[in-house]
Amino acid sequence: MAKHLLLRDLDIPNIREIEVYQANDGYAAWHKAVTTMKGEDVLGIVKDAGLRGRGGAGFPAGLKWSFIPKDVFPKYVVVNGDESEPGTFKDHQLIRGNPHQVIEGTALCAFAIGSNLAYIYLRGEFSEPGKALEKALDEAYAKGMLGKNLFGTNYSLDIRVHYGAGAYICGEESALLESLEGRIGQPRLKPPFPATNGLYNKPTVINNVETLANVPLIVHNGAAWYKAMGTEKSTGVKLFSVSGHVKNPGNYELELGKFSIQDLLDMAGGSSTGRPIKAVLPAGSSSPIIPAANFGAKLDYESMGTIGSVLGSCSFIFMDDSVNMVWAARKMIRFFKHESCGKCTPCREGTNWALKLYNKMLSGEGGKADIDLIADVNKQIIGKCFCPLGEFATSSMTFTLKHFKQDYIDFVEKKMGGSPEFLAELARDAHATHGGH
Amino acid sequence: MADLINLTIDGVALAVPKGMLIVDAAKTIEKDIPVFCYHPKLKPVGLCRMCLVEVGTPKIDPATKQIVKDEAGATVIAWQPKLTTACTTPVSEGMSVRTQSKPVIDAREDVLEFLLTSHPLDCPVCDKGGECPLQNLTLAHGPAVSRYDYADKQHNDKHAPLGDLMFIDRERCIQCARCIRFQDDIADDHVLQFHNRGRAEEVITFSTPGFDSYFGGNTSDICPVGALTTADFRFKGRPWELKTAASVCGHCAVGCNTALNTRLNTRTGVREIKRVMPRQNEQVNEIWLCDKGRYGHHFTHAANRLTHPLIRKDGALQEATWESALQLISDKLKTVPGQKVVGVIGDRLATEDAWLFGRLMTDVIGAAPAFVSPRTASAYADVARAAGLGADADFKALGKGDVIVVVNGDVEEQAPVWFLRLRQAVVDRGAKLIVAHHRSTKMHRYAAGIARFAPGAAAQWVAGQPAELAALKDARNAVIVFGDEKLSGHNARALAQSLAHALAEAGHADKPNSGLVPLYPHGNTQGVCDAVDPSRGAMPESADVAWLAGVGDPADAPRAGFTIVSELFLTPLAAAADVVLPAAAPAEREGSYTSGDLRAQRFWPAHPAHGESRPDWWAFQEVARRMGKDWSFGGPEAIFAALAAAHPAYNGLSYAGLAAVKPQWPMVGRAEVNFGGTVYDNTAGLGARTARVPVGGAAEAPVEPTLADLTRPEPALYRAGDLIRHSAVLAGRLV
Repeated sequence: MAKHLLLRDLDIPNIREIEVYQANDGYAAWHKAVTTMKGEDVLGIVKDAGLRGRGGAGFPAGLKWSFIPKDVFPKYVVVNGDESEPGTFKDHQLIRGNPHQVIEGTALCAFAIGSNLAYIYLRGEFSEPGKALEKALDEAYAKGMLGKNLFGTNYSLDIRVHYGAGAYICGEESALLESLEGRIGQPRLKPPFPATNGLYNKPTVINNVETLANVPLIVHNGAAWYKAMGTEKSTGVKLFSVSGHVKNPGNYELELGKFSIQDLLDMAGGSSTGRPIKAVLPAGSSSPIIPAANFGAKLDYESMGTIGSVLGSCSFIFMDDSVNMVWAARKMIRFFKHESCGKCTPCREGTNWALKLYNKMLSGEGGKADIDLIADVNKQIIGKCFCPLGEFATSSMTFTLKHFKQDYIDFVEKKMGGSPEFLAELARDAHATHGGH
Repeated sequence: MADLINLTIDGVALAVPKGMLIVDAAKTIEKDIPVFCYHPKLKPVGLCRMCLVEVGTPKIDPATKQIVKDEAGATVIAWQPKLTTACTTPVSEGMSVRTQSKPVIDAREDVLEFLLTSHPLDCPVCDKGGECPLQNLTLAHGPAVSRYDYADKQHNDKHAPLGDLMFIDRERCIQCARCIRFQDDIADDHVLQFHNRGRAEEVITFSTPGFDSYFGGNTSDICPVGALTTADFRFKGRPWELKTAASVCGHCAVGCNTALNTRLNTRTGVREIKRVMPRQNEQVNEIWLCDKGRYGHHFTHAANRLTHPLIRKDGALQEATWESALQLISDKLKTVPGQKVVGVIGDRLATEDAWLFGRLMTDVIGAAPAFVSPRTASAYADVARAAGLGADADFKALGKGDVIVVVNGDVEEQAPVWFLRLRQAVVDRGAKLIVAHHRSTKMHRYAAGIARFAPGAAAQWVAGQPAELAALKDARNAVIVFGDEKLSGHNARALAQSLAHALAEAGHADKPNSGLVPLYPHGNTQGVCDAVDPSRGAMPESADVAWLAGVGDPADAPRAGFTIVSELFLTPLAAAADVVLPAAAPAEREGSYTSGDLRAQRFWPAHPAHGESRPDWWAFQEVARRMGKDWSFGGPEAIFAALAAAHPAYNGLSYAGLAAVKPQWPMVGRAEVNFGGTVYDNTAGLGARTARVPVGGAAEAPVEPTLADLTRPEPALYRAGDLIRHSAVLAGRLV
C-alpha cells in the first residue's frame, strides 16, 4: 500500500513527537512560509490545489480563506474538531496520532489569512487526543514553531485548545462559535457568515481538522503535486471511517475518485457476520442511506451526488441484512431528538414527535397509519429548519422509507414490534435519556 | 428620504425603505405574515419558522448579467427552491413574495401543528386566553384534530417563579426567545437564558433576586403565549372582562402612556384596576413600561384611602361633610391676612389642579405664589422650561453625530424608559454618550467619555468647563440629561443654568432635537411648576394658615396655626392637620401631566372615585367660590383652556389637541396582538410638546454642598414612597 499522507502514524512510529515529525519534513513548509512567503502566496497554493473542506460540505478551502477581509483585525482561525457525526473517527486519529501535522496546517491557514490566534475546538469527550494535542502544542512552542516573532520575523501566532461540552450541533460552524464564546451551542442566523462576522464578530476561517492536515503537504509539495491525486473536482486524499458489519473497521486513507464503495468494503474485509451487506450510511446518521445495489459508485463528491447521497464526512457504517431499517431509523431519530438544540420549531418538535412514533412501532403498538404519519412528520420538517442539523435529521426517515419501505410494512404486518429485545431497548433508552422527555 | 425598494407581495406592487424586512413590508399593505419569534422591536432571529414565504428575485441571465424578460416583456422571477423566513430577509429590488400559496399555507400548518404537539390545551384557564397569538393563529392556521397522541404530551412545571414578579408556565413556552432577547437587546439585563436543549430547552433566570430587571413586565406583553404571567395580574381576570382607560404614568418624568385595565369586583360593586399596560406612543415610551409603572398602581385601591373630609374637633380628626369642611376653610381664610397664608403643592398633582391652586393663592387669597414640593426640583424647573427639548424632539431620532450627556443623573433609576431609549440611541444608532457623575450608574456601560466629580459638586464641575463637554461643539444635536442628586435647590439651579449655558455656547439652544432633560422626581413636576410659577425663596417659618396639597415631605410644610391638607392617605402631615380633604387618585379623574421632556399629555378616569374623594381642582374652586370668586370651571378641559390662554408654554394647546393621534410605526396594539404583543394602540391621544419659555436672571454660582445635601439618599426606582409601598407585589424590591 502507498505511504499515508495524513495517517502517517501508521507508517512512522512516534510521529506524534516533534523531533520525529521534523525529521520527516515536519514544519518545513511552515518555516518556508513564514520566512520566505506572503500570506496570499500560501492562500494561492491551497486554492490552486483544489482542496475541499473535509468536514462534510466539501466547500473549497482556499476560496473560503479568500473571503476574509484584509483590513479587519483581529482575525481568527478556528479548527473544527468537534467530530460528532456518529461513525466518524478520523479527526480523532489525526489529532492523537499525527498532531503536529494538524498544528502545522492550522498555522499555515492562520498565516495565509493574517491571523495571530487560532483555536482548536475539540469535543468534550476528546480528552485523550486532546492531551496528545496539548503536548504537541507545548513542544511546538518550546521549539519556537509557535509564539512571538517566529523565526525572527515580526509574525506571531498562538494556538489554543478549547473543549466543547459535547453537543452534536457544535459541529455546525456558527454553533461552534457560540460555544467557543461561552454561550449555549445554537446556530447563528446567516448571513452574515463567519468569514466576515465570526468569532467575537470578527473575520474567521473555520475548517475541519482533516482539511488543515492536508495543508502542510500542499505547501511543501506544491499544488500540482496535490492535484495529481483524485479527480478534477475532488482532488487529493480523503480519510474514510469504516464501521459496522465489517471485519476490519478503522480509518482508511484513499485517493478520491479512484475507489468505489464496494472497494472500500472489500478493503475493510467485507462482512463481519458472513451475511450480505444490505446498505451503508456514507456519512453517519445524517446521510442518505445507500442500498448495496449502488455500491459501484466512486468515492468522490460528484459521484456520490449522482446516486442521491453525499460524501459528507465519510463515515461509512455498513449494515448487513439482519438490520431492520425501522430499528435503524429509530436509532438515528433518537440521536437527533437528543441532539436537537431546540432553537427552531420543526427540528425540536418534529424529532420529538418522530421518535414517539418510532417508539410506538418498536413497542408493537404501531400500525400502517403510523408509517404514513412518520412520512408526514418527516415531510413537515424538511426544508423548514434553521440549520442543516434539522434537515439531516430527516435523512434517516426519508431514505429508509424510500429504499426500504418493505421493512416498515413487514414490521407492522409481521408484528415485529413488541419483541423482548425491542422492549428492553426502549426501557434502556427511557432510562438513559437525560436532558429530554 | 431613505432609498425606496420596489417589490411585489402577492401581486401587489409596493415601495418600502431599503433594509426593511419582508414581514414589515407586508405589514405596510396590511398583509399579515404570521410570526411568533419575530417582534418589530427586537432583532430578528428566524427561529420559530412560522413566517416562511416563497421568495423570488428577478432572473439574471448568467451570460449577459441582464434581467430575463418573458415574451410579454415581464420580468421572469427565479423562485427560491426553499421557503424563506420573511422575518430575516430584507427586501430587494424587483423581489416577488408569495404569502398565500399552497406551500406557504402548508408550511404554516406544519409549523403550527409542531408547536401544538408540546403546547397544553389549557386556554380556558390561561391568563393569555383571548389575547394570545398562538390561540389566534391556531384558529387561523391550526389543525382541527390533533394527530399527536395526547398521552405523549410532556408535562412541565406550570407555576415556576422567575423571581417574585414573573411566573413561567414551562408547558406553554414555545421557545421563541422574545423574553431573552428583550432582556439582552433592549433592557441590557442579561438575566434570562435558555437552559438545556432540544425539547427540554427552557427559559431560566440566574440572577439574584430572580429576573432582576426593572423592565421584566414587558416580557409578559411580548410573550406570544401564556408562558410569562406577572405576579400582579395572573389569575386576576380574563382579558375580555376588562375595560380600558387611557392614562399616563405619574411615577417619573417620562410620562409613559398607559392603559388601565379595570374589572368590576362583583362582591364589592367596585371597579378595580387589574393591570397597567403600555399604550403605544413612539415618541414617549414606544411600547414599554418599567415595572414600577406597571405594578405601582395598588395605592388607588388601598384600604386606607381617605374616604371623607376630616375636621379636627376636640383634638381629634373626625369625619365631616364636604360642605362643612369647605365652609370651615373659606371662613378661616377670610379671617386671616393673605400674606399670612402659605400654599404648598406637591408635584404629583395634575397641571390643572396646580394652576387653580396657584390662582387661588395669589388671585383669591392674596398670598405669595405657592411653593412646590419637592423644593429642589422646583428650583430649576423654569430653567428646564427655557432650555428644554424642542417641539419635534424624539430620542428615537438621536444617533450618529449626536451627543448625549448625562450629568449627575442615574437614568435607569430615575427615568427607566428613557434609559431604554437613550441606550438604544447610543448602542444601536451610534450617538456619543458622555456620563458625569460622582458614582457609577448603568449608563456608564455605554459611555464614550466618563467624568467624575465629588458628590454634590456637579455644578462646580460644569463651571470648570471640563474637556468632556467639548464634544458638544461638534454635535449635530445635543441632549443633556441631568439630575439633582446630592444637590440643594440652589446648586441644582446653578447646574441647570450652567448646562443651559453650555448648550447655548455650543449652538444648540434653538435646535428642535436638542435641549436639557431634567430627571424630575415625579410625572408632573414640570407641569405643576409651570402652572404655579413657584416661590423660590425660603419658606416662612410659620404662617396663620398653610394649605398642603399632596405634599409628601414634612420639611416642605411650614408651621401654621391652621393647616389644610389635601391627600390620598392620612400621612403624618394629614394626621396633624386641622382639615383634611380626600383627593381623587389620578385613575379616578381627568387631567394632564407635563413630562420632563415638555410633553403635555392627558389622562382619563378609569373608575369612579373612592368614597367621597374629589379631584383637587374641584375643592380649590369650591373654596374660591365661597370666598366670592366667580369660578365655574366645568372640569379640567376648561381649566386647561384658561392655562393655555395665560401661559406662553401652553399657548395654542387644547384638550382636543392633546387627544389627537396619528399612525404609529411599527403597527402594534390590540388589532395587532399577534404581531406586537398585548400593548395597547394609542387611540386616546399622543399629547403635544409645550413650548420653551425664556427665563431671565443671571447665572448663580454654586456653593459648597451641606451635610444635609450629601446625606440625602441616592435615587432608587423602588425607594419606598407613599404610593408604591401599597403594591404588595413590589414588597421584595423596595429599598
